[in-house]
Amino acid sequence: MNLLRPPEPLFFAARAAPLLIIAIVSLPVLSGLLGTLLPAFGYLPALGGAELSLGPFRRLFAEAGISRSIWLSLWIGFAATLLSTLSAGAIIAAGYGTKSWAILTRFLSPILSVPHAAAAFGLAFIIMPSGFIARLISPELTDWINPPDVLIPNDPYALSLIFGLALKEIPFLLLMLIASVGQVDASRYLNMTSALGYGRLSGFSYIVWPQLYRQIRVAVFAVLAFSASVVDVSLILGPTTPPPLSVTLVRWMNDPDLMYRFVASAGALLQLTLVLFLFAVWLILERLGAYVRNQMAETGRRFASDSILVSIIRLKAWLLALLVLTGIALLGLWSVSQLWQFPDAWPQGLTLAAWARALPSIGGPLWTTFLIGFPAALIATLLCILCLANIQKSASIERVMLTTLSLPLIVPQTAFLFGLQVAAIKSGIGYGYDALILTHLVFVLPYVFLSLSHAWESLDPRYEWMAQGLSASRTKTLLRVRLPLMLRPILTAFAVGFAVSVGLYLPTLLIGAGRLPTITTEAVALASGANRRTIGVYAFLQSVIPFVGFALAFALPAWLFKNRAAMRAV
Amino acid sequence: MQQDLSMKLEQVTIRLGPRNLLSIDAQIEAGEVLTVMGPSGSGKSTLLAYIGGFLDPHFTANGSVFIRGNNVTKIEPSQRHAGILFQDPLLFPHLSVGGNLLFAIPSDVKDKAVRVQSAKTILEEMELGGCFDHDPARLSGGQKARVALARTLLSQPHALLLDEPFSRLDAALRAQMRDLVFAHAKRRMLPVVLVTHDPEDAHAAGGQLIEIG
Repeated sequence: MNLLRPPEPLFFAARAAPLLIIAIVSLPVLSGLLGTLLPAFGYLPALGGAELSLGPFRRLFAEAGISRSIWLSLWIGFAATLLSTLSAGAIIAAGYGTKSWAILTRFLSPILSVPHAAAAFGLAFIIMPSGFIARLISPELTDWINPPDVLIPNDPYALSLIFGLALKEIPFLLLMLIASVGQVDASRYLNMTSALGYGRLSGFSYIVWPQLYRQIRVAVFAVLAFSASVVDVSLILGPTTPPPLSVTLVRWMNDPDLMYRFVASAGALLQLTLVLFLFAVWLILERLGAYVRNQMAETGRRFASDSILVSIIRLKAWLLALLVLTGIALLGLWSVSQLWQFPDAWPQGLTLAAWARALPSIGGPLWTTFLIGFPAALIATLLCILCLANIQKSASIERVMLTTLSLPLIVPQTAFLFGLQVAAIKSGIGYGYDALILTHLVFVLPYVFLSLSHAWESLDPRYEWMAQGLSASRTKTLLRVRLPLMLRPILTAFAVGFAVSVGLYLPTLLIGAGRLPTITTEAVALASGANRRTIGVYAFLQSVIPFVGFALAFALPAWLFKNRAAMRAV
Repeated sequence: MQQDLSMKLEQVTIRLGPRNLLSIDAQIEAGEVLTVMGPSGSGKSTLLAYIGGFLDPHFTANGSVFIRGNNVTKIEPSQRHAGILFQDPLLFPHLSVGGNLLFAIPSDVKDKAVRVQSAKTILEEMELGGCFDHDPARLSGGQKARVALARTLLSQPHALLLDEPFSRLDAALRAQMRDLVFAHAKRRMLPVVLVTHDPEDAHAAGGQLIEIG
């Protein structure tokens, strides 16, 4: 007797989901790289470049200040990554398993959801010579009546930029570390090392860190690529004469003289080379670090009395969180401030004038932000659900998928977005909403998948076995058991995707060709000299929008399952 | 000819890598219990996973499972009609007690009133009358276990798989629950496979006993 039934339609469709995700992410990156490669060697028939030549590179290296731009990019990428990785490692080493750790980790998601640009503006408002810190201590401690004449942010050594990047990258790496720390059984190893008389930090670095680092390595390389090629944060906090390479590239890309596109493409290829060079340097550093660590471990020095250092690191973690949140608060305060002279620590009065002024022009970008972010996050969430629900996934497809999902994080944005812009026009997709949503998906999908897959695997599989034992079809099991049980993680993944989309600057600018401004592109455009109240309005709004998603992810399940005690724990 | 209500395990072997976890060849008549006993970690639960259709692909398994004369070894878990009870009641936490029961009633019972009525009837039978709208999380351990049993019975299974379902209950409750489950299985002529490490379970079950591990 044949009891085989035809496959359920939903799951038949789900088989395509992994391949669809791979295509959506890899095609733009690969075609974009190709679209950058050809013009870099002078080939772009639409602009009259019909032959391959090294002309663009000759012009690139003849540009004024190019060598300093290159050095800056290398320095920023390296320094920001080293600072972020060491800080994140130190924080988890000092804090893991303590009571305050659980509280600190709760701040991670909101801090991560703050767009880079908003965090950067917030930091600028704190550290600039007329910023919050200077106001707090002036004139009592400093005798400053006028702000001192120091170039902060935008200092020529990019220290403000490096610090601003670390402010966002430390929580990112921490989140990755937290996701892995359970798998390596850290608390048991820590008990073991402390029983052997090792201090908290040394025990962690010798035994737990090597296992943890292996798990977050891709994320570290993503941080390296991002820091070396970042544009938006650089425009706000970075040096200006000359700026890092990526900023120069975008300027050329938008130059009315179309011939500069060849130079920009050559520069994008140079950017890719710089990132690959940094990867090589980092690989050597990894070996070196491991060697030194193992040598230290073999000496048996225990560094048992590290409690002061541990306290300092814990304090530092809280200060970093406080810094980001204070920055956002300052953006909000500036947006409603009346006259606020130096060195006053508080404005003379509050007014909604800046908001009233901005309102007519802010509606469009705000609407566009939602019109792109909402569909992108929704599509990404649905695709990831279908992909994870498809139990017939094979190990090899999964490996290809994880590699593909890391592509847009590892390849510098400038290197493929320039070419993608050309490809988008060529293929007829053009500059519209469709093109933008597709481009945002490239960056949204990896984060949504990361966020969802972790939660997906942690649900007790017996719920689904139970449902199927009750003769529920796979579709019914998915829709009536799996998805309701995972409502909160699903909404959280959606919120993560939405937050990523809201924060995207360069993809929005290039693929929208400046015609579809979002709240983020508008905010970053204000970096060159707009008044602080306007910046306050845009950047505050920009940092608040992602919260909407997270608030929804918190409130909706709480309301739907208000009479289901166990759903609070699931 | 009378309908065959038995279950048959035809030369079922389950291996993990080179290690042979179990080899079983058995026929379980309607209303009878096959008890598989072994210490924890012996892999006895994999037998139920294989019968139910959700064995982890890390294991390699051979042999056929027949329920009511049909070879179900290769068909979807949801088509096997093998109801299962785990050591945790696993009531769906997002549904009410009634919602859990309605989930289990076959969809060919279309009339909503009939569905609700049969759920309420079995609740009465389990001495849980009035619990239809309750949050399952607020029930006691014994009550949860009875709802789980009621839910499985409502799905009209053709066989019953028990994965140490009494081990989390305290001693008095355990005996009571055990009697209840076996009584219902007998009344409905269900073949039962019980996996346990508790000799008392095996003793109470009566039927064939296979020790592994």
